[in-house]
Amino acid sequence: MDFISILSIFVMACFVGYYVVWSVTPALHTPLMAVTNAISSVIIVGALIAAAASGAPGAKWLGLLGVVLASINIFGGFAVTARMLAMYKKKDK
Amino acid sequence: MEHAAVPAWAMMAYLISGVFFILALRGLSSPASSRRGNRFGMAGMLIAVVTTLVSQYRPTLTWPSPPQNSPEYADFLARSAENAGNEVNLLWIAGAIAVGAIIGLTTARRIKMTDMPQLVAAFHSLVGLAAVLVGVAAYLNPEAFGILDANKEILTVSRIEMGLGVAIGAITFSGSVIAFLKLAGKMSGSPIMLPGRHVINLGTLLAIIGLTAYFAILPTNSTEWVFWAIVALSFIIGFLLIIPIGGADMPVVVSMLNSYSGWAAAAMGFTLHNSAMIITGALVGSSGAILSYIMCKAMNRSFISVIAGGFGAVASEGGEAKEQRPWKRGSAEDAAYMMQQAESVIIVPGYGMAVAQAQHALREMADILKREGVKVKYAIHPVAGRMPGHMNVLLAEANVPYDEVFELEDINSEFAQTDVAFIIGANDVVNPAAKTDKTSPIYGMPVFDVDKAKTVFFIKRSMGGVGYAGVDNDVFYMDQTMMLLADAKKMVDDIVKALQH
Repeated sequence: MDFISILSIFVMACFVGYYVVWSVTPALHTPLMAVTNAISSVIIVGALIAAAASGAPGAKWLGLLGVVLASINIFGGFAVTARMLAMYKKKDK
Repeated sequence: MEHAAVPAWAMMAYLISGVFFILALRGLSSPASSRRGNRFGMAGMLIAVVTTLVSQYRPTLTWPSPPQNSPEYADFLARSAENAGNEVNLLWIAGAIAVGAIIGLTTARRIKMTDMPQLVAAFHSLVGLAAVLVGVAAYLNPEAFGILDANKEILTVSRIEMGLGVAIGAITFSGSVIAFLKLAGKMSGSPIMLPGRHVINLGTLLAIIGLTAYFAILPTNSTEWVFWAIVALSFIIGFLLIIPIGGADMPVVVSMLNSYSGWAAAAMGFTLHNSAMIITGALVGSSGAILSYIMCKAMNRSFISVIAGGFGAVASEGGEAKEQRPWKRGSAEDAAYMMQQAESVIIVPGYGMAVAQAQHALREMADILKREGVKVKYAIHPVAGRMPGHMNVLLAEANVPYDEVFELEDINSEFAQTDVAFIIGANDVVNPAAKTDKTSPIYGMPVFDVDKAKTVFFIKRSMGGVGYAGVDNDVFYMDQTMMLLADAKKMVDDIVKALQH
């Protein structure tokens, strides 16, 4: 992919983000932050590439450390979001 | 080999994972669909991780497979050979993921809901640090990331993206560490002002931008010090930026750091040409930016003035009760009686309720009232907690149904038709001075019109202290107001007892 197509994805995604986030109900803003936290750890992709590559051992160890940090966030973020969302209940009629 | 490394099927998979992340946020538009949304998020993450591992270890899965005489084919063969003895890395990676999973899941299970803001700040710092690590790894091993040009130099555009990525990541990390320490009470919440800090901050920021530009034009082998200087300066400015910001502004700071962590992921996505990372980064970046905007608006503060810092240090001079005015003291029995007779009650909870851990007792009180036919609603101000939506989570934890909880603009007109406004642990958000007194530090902040309710019960520890912004509140002295002076939990417990008689 060239720079322009990547930039296009980015700009479009910013607009999607803008409209999707405004549609999030304020009652769920804390779970929103927790889940955005979890998904921004998709940066684990970069850490995995570094950890899987051969060649530079320094980069490999940094990558592995990155995998640990991002995994804490992924598992912790999704789990704490799930825990919060499970508490939201409707009035029992 | 300009980005020939990512096969087409993998790009497709990353795109799908990006779409799943959009659906994850979309699900949060209502509590009913939110759990499905969270599962979309998990699925998206699983797709991204599996895709990366498979495309790193199974180059034979390249589809469509490159024609035998194409340049990609040589690369394809080279990668197959390269990966041949590499399986042991996979064990290391599995181990790293397992360690992260154990730490993450344990933390998520143990954390108290009142401590959510510092948990989120801590998580942000991890994203920031991970972004820095990935950036540094890409710098040390550019070949693996496919960012070398024909002369084995790192591509100019990749250098800019890398520089920005590590800079934003480092700022996110150090800023979140400070925010965490302040929120967890391990560091004073009051702003710490360095002399000449605006000049220092601006200078550091300009230096980072200048160095990034310099990094982009230098030949690769002489860029080392520039790269490390960018990393070091960015760590420093993260600390400098957050240290002068006071505790009251932390909701904005946490949202802002949320936004930064997104931009860091997006910058890394640019480096890796990875659509899942770019889409996610943009989503998270906008999400944090919108939340910061909402928080600023709810406090009637401009984003610039929050960033410039210092709030909470100057405001206290306007505080303290200016004059002694008569006020009425009520008892738990009074409150119980009045609310039993009422047709409708609106409860206005603030952070003080959470500090006193009164939410469960409060819900019990509301249940009894509802059984006696009283209409009970909760009114929540956007800044009622320590982060956006925090109070809603705390009430949900106490089993308050979410359809009894209302936002400021949805319920504010109802106070005029309400018999009792029950204020617990809130102060500034019900202060009419925000509407009338132009000299007040909170002037212009949207507040609840509790003064229009027929009767007001105001739970407060004592008459001495004033709110977070340090402003006296006219509601204390109104004819229809009764002050309930006690610890919030003890008072609500007493009201519950009185109601049961």
